[in-house]
Amino acid sequence: MTERKLSLFARIPLAISAFWRIVFNGEFAQEVVRLRQGVSPERPEPTVKPAALLQETGPAAALQMLGLLQQDGRFIDFIEEDVAGFSDAEIGAAARVVHEGCRKVMREHFTLKPVRSELEGARVTLEAGFDAAALRLTGNVVGDPPFKGALTHKGWIAVETKLPKVAIGHNVAILAPAEVEL
Amino acid sequence: MSEARYAIGVDLGTTNCALSYVDLAAGEGASGQQQTMPIPQLTGPGMVQDRNLLPSFLYLPHADEMVPGDLVLPWGAQPDFIVGELARERGAQTPIRLVSSAKSWLCHAGVDRRGAILPQEAPEEVPHTSPLDTTVRYLEHLRDAWNHQHPDAPLGEQELTITIPASFDPAARELTAEAARTAGYERVTVLEEPQAALYSWIQSSEGAWRKQVQVGEIILVVDAGGGTTDLSLIAVIENDGNLELHRIAVGDHILLGGDNMDLALAHMVAGKLAAQGTPLDPWQVRALTHGCRAAKELLLVESDHEVIPIVVPSRSSRLIGGSIRTEVSRQEVTATLVEGFFPVVEAGARPLNRPRTGLMQLGLPYAQDAAITRHLAAFLTRQISATADLAGIGTPAANASFLHPTAVLFNGGVFKSALLANRIMDILNGWLKSEGAPPARRLEGADLDLAVARGAAYYGYVRHGGGVRIRGGTAQAYYVGVESALPAVPGMAPPVQALCVAPFGMEEGSAADLPPQEFGLVVGEPAHFRFFGSSVRRQDQVGTRLDHWAAGELQELGEIELALPAEGRTPGEIVPVKLRAAISEAGTLRLEAIPREGAERWQVEFDVRS
Repeated sequence: MTERKLSLFARIPLAISAFWRIVFNGEFAQEVVRLRQGVSPERPEPTVKPAALLQETGPAAALQMLGLLQQDGRFIDFIEEDVAGFSDAEIGAAARVVHEGCRKVMREHFTLKPVRSELEGARVTLEAGFDAAALRLTGNVVGDPPFKGALTHKGWIAVETKLPKVAIGHNVAILAPAEVEL
Repeated sequence: MSEARYAIGVDLGTTNCALSYVDLAAGEGASGQQQTMPIPQLTGPGMVQDRNLLPSFLYLPHADEMVPGDLVLPWGAQPDFIVGELARERGAQTPIRLVSSAKSWLCHAGVDRRGAILPQEAPEEVPHTSPLDTTVRYLEHLRDAWNHQHPDAPLGEQELTITIPASFDPAARELTAEAARTAGYERVTVLEEPQAALYSWIQSSEGAWRKQVQVGEIILVVDAGGGTTDLSLIAVIENDGNLELHRIAVGDHILLGGDNMDLALAHMVAGKLAAQGTPLDPWQVRALTHGCRAAKELLLVESDHEVIPIVVPSRSSRLIGGSIRTEVSRQEVTATLVEGFFPVVEAGARPLNRPRTGLMQLGLPYAQDAAITRHLAAFLTRQISATADLAGIGTPAANASFLHPTAVLFNGGVFKSALLANRIMDILNGWLKSEGAPPARRLEGADLDLAVARGAAYYGYVRHGGGVRIRGGTAQAYYVGVESALPAVPGMAPPVQALCVAPFGMEEGSAADLPPQEFGLVVGEPAHFRFFGSSVRRQDQVGTRLDHWAAGELQELGEIELALPAEGRTPGEIVPVKLRAAISEAGTLRLEAIPREGAERWQVEFDVRS
């Protein structure tokens, strides 16, 4: 934190009030002694507890997306089925259903874009101040930026998310209702 | 009523509806002010999403099918029916509660279009509704969506255009206009879909269309939607140094479209599977149809796929174990769709008419011949003299056996398959070549799904004085049947004469002359008249009487009815009246009975309960 230097007119009343505070307040006097010895004053305990920096994401949107992937792409059916007994051709046939449906759901609700537009395998240079959340360094991570390396994965970023509106009271936990043909 | 701020176009399609609009205040209708309204609709129980298209399906759920609150829409309505995507999806699994193709029923003169006849084969306890009422519900959904998004510009106050097939008869046009009025669309005009597609092409060319077509050209519009195929001819002429567009002819109502093609392909594949010992149930056939549509679009573009796998997913949660895999090859698609719906035929070909069996189920009058190219050949041949009256074009060369178009505009989802559009171009150019005419070229650039809605909105802008307008008026002349005054022959119906009441090419807002003939109407007894239309007799004037006509020259439409109210008259009294035709500002035909004396007017009813 940088603060502007105080003017002479501001420093005189401060000196007077500090004088009286040193005289009457032992703790404050101790702080001033430390300051004069070159030690920075003790910071008060941070009032925000670290745990509060994390938040629960509500389950509603996740359940809704699972439901959509199941409805159009049979995603849950596919993942929940034991693939061990089936041939690759059989799994492949079902994968077409899942691929087509899930892709439709994804394109409908998310606009995706690669984080880096270079071809994978290309050499890239990361200048100081790059977004560490959008670019992950791996391998020989030493030294200072600019970093030079090969792009192993171009990354994905959702530039737009459009989820369906849900009626109040609608139970999103039912990902696929049981079907009964009459 | 305040001044309209937007021109709104509604494409009321057989399988999908769309709404597009132009801000009239922003001016410059041709410069991309056009927008398509996202239509919020239920896509699952309790789930609402925006879509560009509203599937034209109505589902009437059982009381125990949905949790209360699951049908709520963004504007707070909680109807006891579903329209749009969820209706289509639910209806695929429970067809007895689904109303589809309401538009085709609306133009079916053989049924009571105001009667609760749909869903057609549903048990009695399922709520029934009429084709008219179903149309109203789609329009109401669009209205509510609009009003929710534009609270400061209510839909009822905007300039509205609703599109209809060019081949709609007067009754179906009037029913569409009536549905619009019922749904609160006050200032509504009806516009033919092929014209709307051409308007959209004009708009998207941003003025360049004047360079792309020349005086004397004849544009053929081929509009193949989900359920109908619609043909129109539009001529380019010059008037006072300006290019003008005249719609000179429209084709018959062909109940045949992309849905039929997907079904045909699905049945071919299902037959193949059955032969291999894997019969499909109806649910699986529907899933297969979905897969076939995707395969069709992949195989009918110029791609290098030779075979596309199709997987029919299992209905149970055993996806891998229960799915059926098959494939469809380019050759099979070509044989089924290209040869089946677009066969290479001669210019002299005619659609095949299989004789109807005596006991016919009362269903939709689907086209009997699936070959669109034969319908096209018949249309161009029948309209050979369509340009005879137009200055600058005149009659075709003496050796011509059909009218020679110079350009073709395609519209409708079917032509997403470029191969099908090319196929029609090849066949048409083959016909032209055989008569020594230069090949027609294809006009590019219209959005196949949204062009009709866009063109309709642009038309509203044009009506406000903003751009070139397609002229042409009504594409048919109309006749009422009059019994000849001949001595009765036992066992034979008296021959019928056709009396022309409305000539070809009547413009909106105009009235025809009063014919000299009078009819004696009996007070208190509704009089029924046979009613005819002709898309080829351009010369007939009001009062023309036809004793006989060539086959196909006149087409019989639904019966019309005229009832005189008994007020102030003695029942049984005979009142002499004349029939006068007028085209309303909305573009619909009106027929009025005018008595010899007095200022009273009685409306002739086109849609008679049958």
